[in-house]
Formats: sequence, C-alpha cells, structure tokens
Amino acid sequence: MELHVENLCKSYNGRLVLENVTFTAGPGVTCVMAPSGAGKTTLLRILMGLERPDSGSFTGNVRWAAVFQEDRLLEHLDAMENLRFVLGSALDESAANVLLTELGLGDTAGKPVREFSGGMKRRLALARALLAPSDALALDEPFTGLDEENRAWCQALIRRMAPGKPVLLVTHDPADVRDAALLRLPMS
Amino acid sequence: MKNRPAQNSISPWAVAFWLLVWQGASMLFAALWPNGHLLLASPVSAALRLGELACTAAFWRAVGGSIAHIFGGFLLGCVLAAALAVLSARWRLVRELLAPLTAAVKAVPVVSFIILALVWLDSRSLPLFISALMVFPPVYLNVLAGIAAADQKLLEMANVFRVPLGRRLTGIYLPAVLPYFRSAVSLALGLCWKAGAAAEVIGLPAGTIGERLYTAKVYFQTPDLFAWTAVVVAMSVLFEKLFLALVDALAGKAGL
Repeated sequence: MELHVENLCKSYNGRLVLENVTFTAGPGVTCVMAPSGAGKTTLLRILMGLERPDSGSFTGNVRWAAVFQEDRLLEHLDAMENLRFVLGSALDESAANVLLTELGLGDTAGKPVREFSGGMKRRLALARALLAPSDALALDEPFTGLDEENRAWCQALIRRMAPGKPVLLVTHDPADVRDAALLRLPMS
Repeated sequence: MKNRPAQNSISPWAVAFWLLVWQGASMLFAALWPNGHLLLASPVSAALRLGELACTAAFWRAVGGSIAHIFGGFLLGCVLAAALAVLSARWRLVRELLAPLTAAVKAVPVVSFIILALVWLDSRSLPLFISALMVFPPVYLNVLAGIAAADQKLLEMANVFRVPLGRRLTGIYLPAVLPYFRSAVSLALGLCWKAGAAAEVIGLPAGTIGERLYTAKVYFQTPDLFAWTAVVVAMSVLFEKLFLALVDALAGKAGL
C-alpha cells in the first residue's frame, strides 16, 4: 500500500507546526527527519488518528502499529503479556518467542516490564509493533537508548519483518537513512 | 532505614491505658452512687457479658441478620456506585446529574435519611438501604477519580493498536482504579457499619444487633450495650480486613 499526504497543516495556539506537508510513502522505510519541534511526532499522531489536522488530506482507514516516543508498555505485565494485551488471540506465541529471543528478551518470562532496562523496554515496544497486524508502521525514534549493535539489529529486523508496508521512521540519525527514502520536514 | 510506625497505628499499651481508665471510672461511679454500676459498666463486666451472649444461638442470629443487611447494603452500594462511576466517566451529562446527589448524601445527616427512609421502607430493608447510601459517595467518587487517572498515553496506544474494550478494562483501567477503590472501601465499610447499626436501632428489625442495642438501652443493661457495641466494632474491622485482603489478592493475581 501507499500513504498519500497532501497539504497537511497543523498549528497549536497560533503557532504553525506543520505547513502544507505533502508526500507519498510507498512500501519500505521512509525516514522522517527534521529539527526538534518541527512536527515529526505531530505528523505521526495525525496519520494515526490521534489528532485532527487543521487542513489537508491523507490516506485514511489505515491499520497502524507504532513505537511511540515513550515505550507505552503495561509496566505490571511481562513481555509476553504485553504482546497478548495488544494481539489477543491473534498472538502466535512461538513466533513471539522467536522474536523476543532475537531481541535479547528471551529470558524475561514472568518478569514485569517495570524491572526492564530502558533498552529492553524499547526493544519490547518494537517487537509489539512488528508483531501486531497492521497496514503501516509509525516508529517514533525507536532506537533511542539502544547501543550500536542492538540498533543495527533492530534496523535489519524492521526491514525484514515489514515487507510491503510503508514504515515511517522518525529519527535524528543520518545513519538510519541508509537504503531508505527520506522525508525532511521544514521548520515552520 | 528503620520502619517507623504508621501515624494512626494503635499501640497495645495505649489500649491497656484506656481500659484501665474505663475500669477506674466504672468503679468510681459504683462507689459514688447506689446504682452507679448501671451508669457505666466496667470493661470486665462487658467482656463477661459478651462471653455469655456468644454462647447463645440468638447472639449469632442477630450477628448474621446484621451482616446480611449491612454487608448486603455495602455490596449493593459498591456495585451501583462503580457502575454509575463508569457511566459518569463516559458521559458528562450523567456526571453533572449525579454531582448534586452525591454532595447531598455526603452533607445530609444520616439520621435524616433513616427517618425519611423509614416512611418508605419496611424496617428490614432500612439498614440495607442506609448502608448502600453511605457507601455510594466514597466509592462513586473514588472510582470516578481512578478512571480519570488512567494513563492517557496507554489509552492512545490501545486506540492505535485497536485493542478491544474488555482488554482495555483489565489492562489499563483496572490497575488505575484499584488503589482508589481500595481506599474507598476502607472508608466505606466503617461508615456502613456505623450508619447501618443506627438504622437498625431506629427501625428495629427483629433479630439484629440494632434491636439488641435498643433493648439494652430500654432495660438499662449497660454491659449488654457495651458488648453489642464491641460486636459492631469487631464486625467493621473484620469485614474491612477481609474485603481489603480480597481486593489485594485480586490485584496480586493481576500482577499489580
């Protein structure tokens, strides 16, 4: 599928955050880069239906999976229970176990997320987004808190597990743009 | 760090001190007036009387009757308050509609409700109604506050992933509401037993603690009065501990 965004505008209290943002994102990773405060997160929130734009249009009725800026995990549950919360009966436990092991979370059964390190939580949030049924992925700085090795591993995983889907990847790191389309948001 | 005792904890030595004061006052009354022992029964005579009463079937029938009315009212009030709190959280109109009602129940003296309810209801239903009424404001307001305290970011996440309502309730709302519900229950059970016993004393349903308290007053049986009062206090403490243990067990099972 393709995501089409046309002339999207959004302002908060008279301050313009997004001004006539127009782009098309096809299958594969599209890196969204911009200075801080330029509306990257706002763009994702509008596309996911969490906020209304002031004007403009975009592809609607898209089933999104996301890694938010914060991990947004259920802290009292363990990794598998967090996946079950989102996926319900659609959760394939063996596939989930394989992915959790790949992400270095294989030995965390029964351990509540509140006891995870920041990097572990980030990897679990990514696993949740990759396993959830979706048409498109919105990844808001998903590699924050990961070391180089985990970062590279997660990048490869995203490319492998989300084929044929548009993936909007908000990042500040130019290294993430390798082999990816690039969307630069201007500072409004 | 050393664990400091809670601000409101009760030390055994303080209890012993006040029992001694009570015993002393009772002995003083008995010494000063011919029937002074009737004005203030001693803790020893109250305890002995409680022991005698506990050996009778009528005692346990009265305790069982009061539990059925008062705890039944508590459960009814809890269910109603929680259900209306959910509706209020969902619809502002319901919240605005119920605000004056909860404020009125909190402000109006319980005895006014008891007398008014006595006009509408039979004496057996009165303690049930009054207990439910006393439970309603704290449980309703606390559950409403708990729902409002649910993590909005988690709710957004659930929205994006299209998580069904049932799982949102158990995964996000329940952990947010349980601590509020727990403190409401702790407060409400105490209120419930006090107001419920008062309703029984005024309504006089047969075979209840309230009826026994009234009889003790009419016949000037002060040891009985203290014994039955001790039963009400014990029931209140026991049911609070049991219900909170149940809530904690549920929370533990949910991993909270």
